[in-house]
Amino acid sequence: MPLVPPPDLSPALPEIALALAAMALLLIGVFRGEDSTRLVSWLSVAALLGTLVLAGLFEGAHRVGFYGMFVTDAFAVFMKALVLVGSAVSIILSLHYNEEHQIARFEFPVLVLLATTGMMVMVSANDLITLYLGLEMQSLALYVVASFDRDSVRSTEAGLKYFVLGALASGLLLYGASLIYGFAGTTSFAGLAQLFGGAAKPSNGLIIGLVLVSVGLAFKVSAVPFHMWTPDVYEGAPTPVTAFFSVAPKIAAIALFVRVLVEPFGGILVEWRQIIVFLSVASMVVGAVAAIAQTNIKRLMAYSSIGNVGYALIGLAAATPSGVRGILVYMAIYLFMNLGTWSVILCMRRNGKMLEGIADLSGLGRTQPGLALALGIFMFALAGIPPTAGFFGKLYVFLAAIDANLIGLAVIGVVTSVVGAFYYLRIVKVMYFDEPVGAFDRPIAPELKWVLVVTAVLTMFFILLPNPIVGGAETAAASLFAP
Amino acid sequence: MNHWPLLSLVTFLPLVGVAFIMTARGDAETVARNARNIALSTSLIVFALSILLWIGFDPNKVTFQFAEQMRWITIGGFSITYHMGIDGISLFFVLLATLLTPICVLASWTNVHAQVREYMIAFLVLETMMVGIFCALDFILFYVFFEGVLVPMFLIIGVWGGPRRIYAAFKFFLYTLLGSVLSLLAILAVYFQTGSTDITVALGHTFPADLQKWLFLAFLASFAVKVPMWPVHTWLPDAHVEAPTAGSVILAGVLLKLGGYGFIRFSLPMFPLAAAYFTPLMFALSAIAIIYTSFVALAQTDMKKLIAYSSIAHMGFVTMGIFALTSAAVQGAMIQMLSHGLVSAALFLIVGVVYDRLHTRDIDRYGGLADRMPAYAFVFMCMMLASVGLPGTSGFGGEFLILLGTFQVSTLECFLAATALFLGAMYMLYLYRRVIFGTITRDDLRGMLDLNLREKVVFAPLLLLVLWMGIYPNSFLAPIRTSVDHIVAQAHAAQKAAAANNTIPAQAAQQENEIGVPAKVGTRQAALAIAETWVPVFTGTPMAKGD
Repeated sequence: MPLVPPPDLSPALPEIALALAAMALLLIGVFRGEDSTRLVSWLSVAALLGTLVLAGLFEGAHRVGFYGMFVTDAFAVFMKALVLVGSAVSIILSLHYNEEHQIARFEFPVLVLLATTGMMVMVSANDLITLYLGLEMQSLALYVVASFDRDSVRSTEAGLKYFVLGALASGLLLYGASLIYGFAGTTSFAGLAQLFGGAAKPSNGLIIGLVLVSVGLAFKVSAVPFHMWTPDVYEGAPTPVTAFFSVAPKIAAIALFVRVLVEPFGGILVEWRQIIVFLSVASMVVGAVAAIAQTNIKRLMAYSSIGNVGYALIGLAAATPSGVRGILVYMAIYLFMNLGTWSVILCMRRNGKMLEGIADLSGLGRTQPGLALALGIFMFALAGIPPTAGFFGKLYVFLAAIDANLIGLAVIGVVTSVVGAFYYLRIVKVMYFDEPVGAFDRPIAPELKWVLVVTAVLTMFFILLPNPIVGGAETAAASLFAP
Repeated sequence: MNHWPLLSLVTFLPLVGVAFIMTARGDAETVARNARNIALSTSLIVFALSILLWIGFDPNKVTFQFAEQMRWITIGGFSITYHMGIDGISLFFVLLATLLTPICVLASWTNVHAQVREYMIAFLVLETMMVGIFCALDFILFYVFFEGVLVPMFLIIGVWGGPRRIYAAFKFFLYTLLGSVLSLLAILAVYFQTGSTDITVALGHTFPADLQKWLFLAFLASFAVKVPMWPVHTWLPDAHVEAPTAGSVILAGVLLKLGGYGFIRFSLPMFPLAAAYFTPLMFALSAIAIIYTSFVALAQTDMKKLIAYSSIAHMGFVTMGIFALTSAAVQGAMIQMLSHGLVSAALFLIVGVVYDRLHTRDIDRYGGLADRMPAYAFVFMCMMLASVGLPGTSGFGGEFLILLGTFQVSTLECFLAATALFLGAMYMLYLYRRVIFGTITRDDLRGMLDLNLREKVVFAPLLLLVLWMGIYPNSFLAPIRTSVDHIVAQAHAAQKAAAANNTIPAQAAQQENEIGVPAKVGTRQAALAIAETWVPVFTGTPMAKGD
């Protein structure tokens, strides 16, 4: 009997390290009790940053491990960096909030670490099985953090909703994956890519499987029409958790979406492009129109994130290196403008009570000019107005759309961005044009202030030094298309 | 780059002023005073530097001068450069922007009380954006400035505006944004045609005839809103009425010129065939704008609204001149834009003067001001006559050259536009009569004070320039002429080549009718005869033959 050689684990080194760190931190928490939350949180941030360094060590070299089920390349490294930064900042954002709401428990950072491990596995998946494992590992941790404020009805409801709909999506995805396996005989991305490399037309069973996988992933990135859970979960979950949801899992799911469609199914672009175009158009339209009527800023940001996914999907519809580059630049910029916006929302506290109404921002330009300026920058960035970074995110996806001759999609994209500009401007209007209703509590927690300043500076001055991010995205996108 | 980066200095120096203003500390009164002083001195330094541009400008060169080029985004195929430069078309717009900013700061010296610091910051940022638009020679850079200008203007209207400021600010922002995002797509399409985002490369590129039409329309969406052309002009009266005085000055003085500048800079050289194809449309829209808005202006009771509508009519002349595409007409359009930039700015300031005193813009509330405010009445009269186009003021040269150039192309269009001159005189004289003449019937008007020293200082440079441009337009025409002749000649050559190649037979035939051989030879000869007599009077040189 031939001996199976031991699997090459080295490509998964960052994931393994992060998982070990999570377990170690769990032990620390258990031994030192509830008062160790701050320590565990900061150690978690350190672990995430350490993992970032570790992931960065691969420098984008294409390496496969676990018998081809796991891959690390420039694309994976770029996306992992975004996910890790998103998770680390989310933990920092949660510190003050959780203490104020008596939910400061050390399990929170540990759960975020475990979810992040899942996301990294998703980003590096090179097989439908790995994909599913990563996705579930992420989701299970996320269901718990969504209902982390367990005495709050809203939070538990959000957790339950997220769980039910998430499980449905996972089921669809798994069913699709099994159909693909049934009709193709392989779950490996490389094998599937080889299968579709030729001129052979895929069978109907495979197409159905592909559609189901796409639907499952559309759920995870909250693309319309599979977005219904988003506003409720965003509104119900504790605000730092929402901030976390709106960046890290979303970026990981987008990365997975891109890799699944471009790598194994790149040969049958014609079969899935129309799905993506539809998802993209629907997300942009719903994200822009539905947000207009919102009065709760967390719900507004939920619709905003739906709209943003629509723009990112334009790049996927193009399915070219420049399209993927567009997505990567978009998600990188989305990461810091979104984190910045959420840190402002976390500052919305009056007399010790968190506020979520858009009207509560009235006159912020006069009562707290610094905070208003930061939120103003983020709003103009989300609307895609130059010279903020948001403009460049949109520029690169539209560039890809024009390049791929998707003129109609690009036109719908710019028109919805004008509609979307309306509700972002409404926040600017409330802050600067309306009469003040009173200042928010001071002082702002120092770590919140730091996140705020750094993200605002990055959003505003991206224009001066765009090369690192655009260059990284360029290499990452090219690695996905390398033969 | 072997010279002092003067253009970058002019563009970004206001931001240095912003940084200084942000550091101002102390009680509200001190901060406000410091903000005013810093804003004024910064904008004056910028103006002085921009004068150096005019002095150093070589009017005989066709190429872009004071050029600066630096690598900016260098990744992949899509590389963007920081490329700045000016030619005869952009030179005076830069000067207009740098002149009007200190005037605006000075005009808002006492009538802005709330959030003075933010107000001054907004104006300095606005100045950077405006100057940047006219200097940018890279499409992405251009677009960044072009759209970036919306942000400070939105805040100026929304924060310091009148009662319906929120509606007006949103309308202004969304209207212009919708136009400009479409032009962004066109810019990307241009990039894929030329392989570069550099404007100088695109200007020398020949685009396929059918693509030209689409790109022309996409750019039109953006520029038509800015001009504004009928029927997308409705944001302008709202924005003007609600904006604070200085906001209206910038809006009318500079922002409206972006449309005309865009047509001359991009639409004519890049899409000459489409420009010829769409000339009837542009003529029709211009004629409607001129005649319709003149009638609307006649019916206004709000002074600012009246001037806003008159702006649309004047800009209708500009678009007509541009698309007549003769050297005289395009030069006329340039002069008309500059003149309108000065005159309408002055008229909004004139409204601002009485608004500061009485807090109403209702024409019926005034009357007989000549008694109490002789200096004011004098300034108002000069600007009113310049707006009407009286010879000896800046308004005359532009309108005359436009009508002359248009007459060579289309007698009917010229006739329609000339009719509107009469309407323009009507509403302006009517306004003047109601505000300035008559007897004072109200007590509050009796107590009105004449222009104070600060206000006189505000009006003096505008008055001087209006008369200078009217009496000796050649100092302004000299730098403009070379660039305009180049663009017009290039466009005609492209149209001729296309007609010769027979690539677009139908349009080519039509073009011949429009530009080449007019149906009525008699009229044309008469027009040429007039032109040859009169153009040298204005331009100092024999007229460049349009075709």
